[in-house]
Amino acid sequence: MSGYTPHTDADVSSMLEFLGLSSLDELFSVVPEALRLAGGLDIPAGLPEPDVFAHMEDLASANRPCGRDLVCFAGAGAYDHEVPPVTRALASRSEFVTSYTPYQPEVAQGVLQAVFEFQTLVSRLSGLAVSNASLYDGAASLVEAVNLAVGATGRQDVWVSHGVNPSWRDVLATFAAGTGHRIHDIPLTAGSTDWAAMSFDDSDEPGAIVVAYPNYLGCLEDLGDARARCDRTGALLIVAFDPICAGILRSPGDWGADVVVGEGQALGMPLSFGGPYLGLFACTMDHVRRLPGRLVGETVDAEGRRAYVTTLRAREQDIRREKATSNVCTNQTLMAVTAAIQLGWLGTSGIAEVALRSARGTRYCRDALLKVPGVESLTTAPVLREFSLRLPLESEMAVERLADEGFLAGVALDPSYTQGHGDGLLVAVTERRTRAEIDAFVSAFEKAVR
Amino acid sequence: MVDDLVPAAAAGGRAASAPLLGRDTEPTLFELSEPGRSAWQLRTTGVPDLALEELVPEAHRRDSPVALAEVSERDLVGHFTRLSHRQFSVDLGAYPLGSCTMKYNPKICDAVAVLPGLADVHPAAPANCIQGWLELLVELEVALCEITGMAAATLQPAAGAAGELTGLLLMRAWFAAKGDVRRKVIIPDSAHGTNPASVTLGGFEVVTVPSDGRGCVDVEALYSVLDEDVAGIMLTNPNTLGLFEEDIRSIADAVHEVGGLLYYDGANLNAILGVVRPGDMGFDIVHLNLHKTFATPHGGGGPGAGPVAVSDRLAPFLPGPRPTRLGDASSPRFGWTTPERSIGRLHSWHGNALVLARALTYVLVHGNDGLRDVARLAVLNANWLRKRLSSSFDAPYDRPCMHECVLSASSLKRATGVKALDVAKRLLEEGFHSPTVYFPLIVDEALMIEPTETESLQTLEALAGALERIVAEAATPEGALAATEAPHLTPVRRVDEARAARHLVPTFDARPS
Repeated sequence: MSGYTPHTDADVSSMLEFLGLSSLDELFSVVPEALRLAGGLDIPAGLPEPDVFAHMEDLASANRPCGRDLVCFAGAGAYDHEVPPVTRALASRSEFVTSYTPYQPEVAQGVLQAVFEFQTLVSRLSGLAVSNASLYDGAASLVEAVNLAVGATGRQDVWVSHGVNPSWRDVLATFAAGTGHRIHDIPLTAGSTDWAAMSFDDSDEPGAIVVAYPNYLGCLEDLGDARARCDRTGALLIVAFDPICAGILRSPGDWGADVVVGEGQALGMPLSFGGPYLGLFACTMDHVRRLPGRLVGETVDAEGRRAYVTTLRAREQDIRREKATSNVCTNQTLMAVTAAIQLGWLGTSGIAEVALRSARGTRYCRDALLKVPGVESLTTAPVLREFSLRLPLESEMAVERLADEGFLAGVALDPSYTQGHGDGLLVAVTERRTRAEIDAFVSAFEKAVR
Repeated sequence: MVDDLVPAAAAGGRAASAPLLGRDTEPTLFELSEPGRSAWQLRTTGVPDLALEELVPEAHRRDSPVALAEVSERDLVGHFTRLSHRQFSVDLGAYPLGSCTMKYNPKICDAVAVLPGLADVHPAAPANCIQGWLELLVELEVALCEITGMAAATLQPAAGAAGELTGLLLMRAWFAAKGDVRRKVIIPDSAHGTNPASVTLGGFEVVTVPSDGRGCVDVEALYSVLDEDVAGIMLTNPNTLGLFEEDIRSIADAVHEVGGLLYYDGANLNAILGVVRPGDMGFDIVHLNLHKTFATPHGGGGPGAGPVAVSDRLAPFLPGPRPTRLGDASSPRFGWTTPERSIGRLHSWHGNALVLARALTYVLVHGNDGLRDVARLAVLNANWLRKRLSSSFDAPYDRPCMHECVLSASSLKRATGVKALDVAKRLLEEGFHSPTVYFPLIVDEALMIEPTETESLQTLEALAGALERIVAEAATPEGALAATEAPHLTPVRRVDEARAARHLVPTFDARPS
């Protein structure tokens, strides 16, 4: 018996006797003999915890994590922002970690209130009235936003800026195979969405226009132009925002977004090799009945005391079944709680400070890299925490060379951003990068691209 | 509530001793806020201090700061610690929530998930920086394929419902590749709600088949809807009544006969670990809920992980990129590959990676022997409770169950007015989480109880004793009233759900002033 099952031999015997059985195997007498696994699973026998931990440490030591030995200049949706001990400590409290979805609100006020606070924080950052309780990741939020827009407008043609994270667009295409939505690409010119290239007629009027702010290449897009196009066509405006940059940028809601989606990893989650992250999703009150996933609302208990509960449940799959607004059940609640803690730690002044310091580091690093011979900017619009370069060599080669020098130089751009060439590089600078690190990176960069 | 009725030895999974100070409402973070207070501390960087106006054009700058909250670190810690005290959890006590497999979550998994060599790795780092992660994912994929009896798996889906939709998109791609257009997917009436919702998003129509008198798929009804427009069937086995579908092999043959595929919903995989495998039952596509079966844990509603394993013939359609062993002679040894006819990407990156690392840890500490014991003891615990409670509640399907049992409070309600919901609420103040109630939908006043393998006989006795006491008390008007008004001792009493929906307050800012 493993160390996690409390049954003594005497317990098992007495329980079997109570059931009138003589062996544990008899519990499975309903399983046809021919189907039963003879000889057991071809997996080694269980190992003691210290042995397993040593094995996992071996695997971990075969990676190169970001830190002093691999200074992080990579982003593309996964950022090296400060995660303080207080966030780690509170977010790892086992009451949050080992609870289920709050189906019994009387004993789940902790998670429910934390999620209510998370929803409030996301609403304020996005500038929209309602946020849900989280989705899997940024890509999943985009998929759900498009489904919402198609449902609201009855139009299945959706126009997506090429400045939206390419892996999110890939995920959108994967799921469109099931829903039948038609996804159209709006190209970029010098890093910004080329709105004039968007052409359609009555037969494919857009249900939604999707744009990122800042976009994948780091640029601040003209959301006013996007809003005007939505007003002309009746499409919903979906904005993929960044919750850290939102600390100093005009909010998507203020620009007129109908739905805001985002990746919340930067709000207290480590890089985590890509997950678990946090899908952010906010919309105007007009669309609350189409909101995907869970929503926590405030109410009162039988004695009039303030209380929280999941609400507008009739949208959800366990009640509405095939007519539900989404199939989402388990989402990323612990990450939402983490984000609420992190945003509480940052507070009103901290969120702006992180964004400002990231912008300063980005400006300093970008100016220096653009002085390196053969390196050019791919974009002209203003940038904030991330920027893209064209290198005089394959960017994957540059990343590998710089990794040898102790820098994760960035993320090689998909060739669609560089007219089919593999020489684009996306570089991110957060508030954690010091001037000394940036200076050392720039001088290693000069050698690597030579 | 009455301590001397409960043997001292029952304490294991019973949480009624949990101390709570007072019954005040915890203020929100926004009410704790004081202008000018802060908690953040950031690294000294030496980067030139340019002003915001020099960095961001006016058109893009916000007019005023985003009002988040202004609290000290001490206030923050106090607030979230107090919230945690208002939350039931597996660590606090038994959580017999049917269909959710709320077992104990080994702490070693927490320790693994914070190893810097795993947690601080950037998902876009080049292959030679992530060899350990790729090997870990391949090792997990191999183990999950062995456990399910399948050939290959994707680890990208972030939860069970995402896994379901992945499976349906695999079905769609499989038929599209053959030039075969099929519209229907069959689902039993006892299925989880995610199944039909996923079918719609997969672009198929739901065809529901009823359960028979024994609680299994009505095989005749199933045969009558099988035709060449059927893409497949989604089944949970054991099903949501906790019963093993004994006719699974004939069902598989009949579905395969018309060219359809079988999808296994892994919600209940805990019951059969190391005993019988979905692949051997004839399933073509399987999703696993690692946050259930492999205790990764549940996080108050996620993160989960819903890997999807498939038989050989569907492997070329799996999502990409996939972690792949390139060969011991190659350098690096592991890399990413995308299957030839891949349905595409499902996740921003590679799935909920740290959840996957926890799952591998769980598999390794249990091993083949430990995993089989998980199933055997989970089934033992469920049957013990089923038999013990069958005199207090109706047992609509009175035969041996697997990892969970479904009882009904139908007679209790008729006799006393005490409903399944009241039993659930009353149980909370006995120190246990409630069972799942009113699911599956085909059972009136359903109480779905899944004790899991990590609760002791002493805890089961205490749990059964509490339920029996609730039923006995309901026989008197005072007892029935106590149940219908329960809970009394929790941080809040029964919550007004109708008001929450009618007067929607989804944020602090939407509160009526």
